[in-house]
Amino acid sequence: MRRSFEIVLVLAAAVAFAFLLLPLAALFLRIPPAELAAQLGSEQAREALLVSLKTSLIAHVVILGIGTPVAYLLGTRAFRGRSLLVALVELPLVLPPAVAGLGLLAAFGRRGLLGDSLEAFGIGLPFSQAAVVLAIVFVASPFYVRQAIVAFASLDRALLDAARTLGASPFRTFGRVALPLAAPGLAAGSSLAFARGLGEFGATIIFAGSFPGVTRTAPLAIYAELDRNFDAALAIGALLVVISATLLLAVRLLTSWAFFASTSPSPSVASSSS
Amino acid sequence: MGFLRLDFSLALRSFELELELEVGAETLALAGPSGAGKSTALRAVAGLVEPDRGRIETGGETWFDSEHGIALPPERRSVGLVFQDYALFPHLTVQRNVAFGAGGGVQALLDQLGIAELAGLRPAELSGGERQRVALARALAREPDILLLDEPLAALDAQTRARVRSELRGHLRKAGLPTIVVTHDFADAAALADRIGVLVNGKLVQMGTAVELIAAPATPFVAELAGSNLLSGTAALRPDGLTEVVLPGGARVVSADRGEGEVGIIVYPWEIAVAREQPVDSMQNHIRGEIASLVPVGNRVRVKVGELTAEITAASAERLGLQLGESVVVSFKATGAHLTPSA
Repeated sequence: MRRSFEIVLVLAAAVAFAFLLLPLAALFLRIPPAELAAQLGSEQAREALLVSLKTSLIAHVVILGIGTPVAYLLGTRAFRGRSLLVALVELPLVLPPAVAGLGLLAAFGRRGLLGDSLEAFGIGLPFSQAAVVLAIVFVASPFYVRQAIVAFASLDRALLDAARTLGASPFRTFGRVALPLAAPGLAAGSSLAFARGLGEFGATIIFAGSFPGVTRTAPLAIYAELDRNFDAALAIGALLVVISATLLLAVRLLTSWAFFASTSPSPSVASSSS
Repeated sequence: MGFLRLDFSLALRSFELELELEVGAETLALAGPSGAGKSTALRAVAGLVEPDRGRIETGGETWFDSEHGIALPPERRSVGLVFQDYALFPHLTVQRNVAFGAGGGVQALLDQLGIAELAGLRPAELSGGERQRVALARALAREPDILLLDEPLAALDAQTRARVRSELRGHLRKAGLPTIVVTHDFADAAALADRIGVLVNGKLVQMGTAVELIAAPATPFVAELAGSNLLSGTAALRPDGLTEVVLPGGARVVSADRGEGEVGIIVYPWEIAVAREQPVDSMQNHIRGEIASLVPVGNRVRVKVGELTAEITAASAERLGLQLGESVVVSFKATGAHLTPSA
């Protein structure tokens, strides 16, 4: 009886992993590696990768710059409506990306809520590179902010208090104590957000369109090349797999590092011998 | 010379913390049960919580004054706070922990507290006693006007505790700052402080030296905290002028004090004698029971028999060859049974 149960578990795992790995392997196996590399040298591929890199990096700076203080606020303060705000931060996680793009268009588009005001300043967001950045920020930020809230919330509050009584301003307390101690968690969230941003498709294509060299990111280029040059699409896809896998690996390493680094002088250790 | 004067109130969950104190260049202990508001009092002085009203001032500065809307943030109060469990920064070395708030003189402090050779280690690599010294060095490094210690010995095991206690006493004397130590342990308070304030449910119930608190406890709680035995029962006057108190278990205690009805009885441990057989002597009270614990305290031994704790010299305990679980008789005089209004 027990043995057959084990067999069921192992079979399920075998099916699951085969299903996960087969498409990934196919990306690399359909054409020889040399051809794959050559395809990446094409004008379209290079352009798309450049757009992706640029927009993802800018979006990431925005996510870290605004997301970190927001996460610190939500992670270390107790106030009415806090859990509502946390839920709001996480909303893009469950929102279909296409809906996110639609919402961005309805808000910032030429005939959107803020379209007139933006136009008055000569700003036209939709179908620009800035729109790509906004789409990525909207969709990818929860991956960072969510993890950062957890990282800040799990800080020992006595350490923050100690810094203050030692003469540190709130800014210095944040920089010298909170940030370094939360760093492993922040880095893990940051990697996930970057990976998610790099793969952004739905919100981007609706809000920013797919103009080569401007808004056509790597995922959009895959879609565009699908009918024209399947090998080029494969090559870009393979590269994205490599980047994503590297980031995921980095996250795993960072989280295990965070686990070991958190062996701070805990009261339980000290009092267990008394 | 510096001083700290505070007079404030602060609403806590189930009671109001009301504290009025003046601390000179001395060590004052706030002792009391956990949840009495002791730590909150320290946090209020340090600026980590804000009282509802009142004043907190030191030598030349007002740190808090609700009437004039003054409430300095913690970093602008010249205060050294040693946290319970020490709150050392786990990501910094001993050296950098101590240097965190320091103007200078870090090396001198490391030397003075005997932690110079630990300078390169992280807190996780230190023993409890070492952490305590690092925490004290870190608090002193800021050259504070006021020193606050929150349960500085609670995180230590019993063996380390006795040694660190006398060490800490020396360091506090040397620092010569107005110091408040919060502790739930009367022995710690007595060892470290010049005066002890007993805080119960946010109110100071008594303030005095350790001897004063033990000799004349204002309330049964102070008596118990100070280490005296506290029994309770129903008292009735006897024709001979003595009072007989019947304990809940049926045992009778005779007291020279006069009392009737529900009363508390305070018996100091050093007024209780321990014998193997019921002695024929002048004492009025003899209670037989088994030895529940034998705890050495310096050159004395605390012997717990039933509800009573006797304190006898280690030499006597050895001569009698007392063993756990052994049946003995504890005795005390009617004049050693001090009646007090029941709790």
